[in-house]
Amino acid sequence: MIRKILFWFSVVMVTLWFLIPIVMIFIAALTPADDYYNPNKIFPSRLTFEHMYKLLFVLGGWKATLISLEVALISIAISFTIGLPAGYALTRYIFPGKNFVRLAILMTRSIPLIVIAVPLIVVYMEIGIADTVLGVALAHTAMILPFVVLITSSIFSGISVEYEEAGMIFGLSRFRAFLSITLPLAVPGLAASAIFSFIMSWNEVFVASILTLTNRTLPAHILNTAMTSPDYFKFAAGTLMALPAMVFIFFIRRYLISMWGISLK
Amino acid sequence: MTEGKTVAWLLLLPTLLFLAAFIGYPLVSAFTLAFSGETSALDNFKSLFQDRMFWRALKYTLLLAGVIVPIQLVLAIAFALLVNTRFKGYSFLLYVISIPLALSDVTAALMSYTMFAPMGYINKILMNLGITKAPIYFFGFMFRNREFWVIALTEIWRATPLVFVIILAGLQSINREYLEAADIFGFTRMQKLFKIILPLLKPSIMSALLIRTLFAFQIFGVVWLLAGRDIPVLAGETYYQYIHLNNPKMASVYGVVIAVITLVISYFYLFSLQSKHLEGGR
Repeated sequence: MIRKILFWFSVVMVTLWFLIPIVMIFIAALTPADDYYNPNKIFPSRLTFEHMYKLLFVLGGWKATLISLEVALISIAISFTIGLPAGYALTRYIFPGKNFVRLAILMTRSIPLIVIAVPLIVVYMEIGIADTVLGVALAHTAMILPFVVLITSSIFSGISVEYEEAGMIFGLSRFRAFLSITLPLAVPGLAASAIFSFIMSWNEVFVASILTLTNRTLPAHILNTAMTSPDYFKFAAGTLMALPAMVFIFFIRRYLISMWGISLK
Repeated sequence: MTEGKTVAWLLLLPTLLFLAAFIGYPLVSAFTLAFSGETSALDNFKSLFQDRMFWRALKYTLLLAGVIVPIQLVLAIAFALLVNTRFKGYSFLLYVISIPLALSDVTAALMSYTMFAPMGYINKILMNLGITKAPIYFFGFMFRNREFWVIALTEIWRATPLVFVIILAGLQSINREYLEAADIFGFTRMQKLFKIILPLLKPSIMSALLIRTLFAFQIFGVVWLLAGRDIPVLAGETYYQYIHLNNPKMASVYGVVIAVITLVISYFYLFSLQSKHLEGGR
């Protein structure tokens, strides 16, 4: 009995430990300023979208959100366009140097992006893509691409090659067999990894802040403005950052553990 | 088969070129930049080692890693054991624990600020209960010891789920028969934990530890938002050197220091994994 109480007590404690800060920032973002600065009021007497509105449309949050979305979508598009064939090659072909290539791609994941940010901006200034959406997107592609290659390779290896071979016996080319047989089977996994890539890009702050000055992504914008803004804008900013990520992670929760396993290798 | 080989390389080529251009080349030029002094190659490193801020940044980065990583490991093991009992509703707990995986360091810092701000919830609750009369200040140069602990707590909150995921995967791969055999021999829970589960978890624990240490040396967003340069860290100094001092050379020097530390840790990581395989062969 005591053991049972202790067990459920710890379950509740862990849940609260993770949920309280999240719930509280949502509430704080909707708390009117005078309630927030009133020490006697823990919970607001009414809720307001005033701070969210100001953050988005007066303080540049909306523009930053759009830039973040563009950056994430461009990096996902590039990473999948070139990473998916690479992942396919790593699973379906046997060729000398394959293990070396796989290891090299793994190695690039352990190189901190912090190191490459400064040299990248130097190059960007020369070729004229400093402070652009494309510049950040290319840097984020460098972060996402190795993950995409490894995860697509693992997704394709989970789909039996025999389906493709059967298609080829019936006269499909290898490419057509891939398009009409393997790819549809891989869609759920690919969608989950696209969402995961989105979160990686959406959350990345260091490189984005180094590479841009006026076209800042949302986290970069927040990093550079939040601490000089009144508290309630900080809470609104945190809420704006957290919401999409939380919604997305809900959709891919089934894939989460295996995906982190791959992204952390 | 030779045709297959060509196709494979053609499929890989765009990725390899991209990674060479956007990771390989910048990495090399970071080193070139860092080693380009006016009189000798080591000029920048000389001024780095004479800079008090560098030693403080190194100290705080190490201190933070030293505090955060062990606590995370213990918590993650506890959480994983809890989830792995597969009680009714365990998948809800699993989702709750995995939420921080989707949150950035910036978001986590702001959430932590919600709790610890002068008018944050912790202060309001303490004041309303009559425990304190005025807010306790957790932020500001005067209070940087408190800042340090708030940062540590935030990182523990945010990144424990990362360790948790690795440990849980390790737990799930433990053969249930070992535990059943232990039951037959009348092992207590504690004996099972220390004599069976933890030894079998060792590979997962090793990789979790090393991955977390690796990331701990790149800590930036949480520190920068909550403490600025009150608590200098290596990545923060990289940022400061480039953005505020407009000094790409010194920024690269800091970057290279982080890269070298990371390299050493990854080497250690690969090495310990290899020795694990050797043990498995015996």
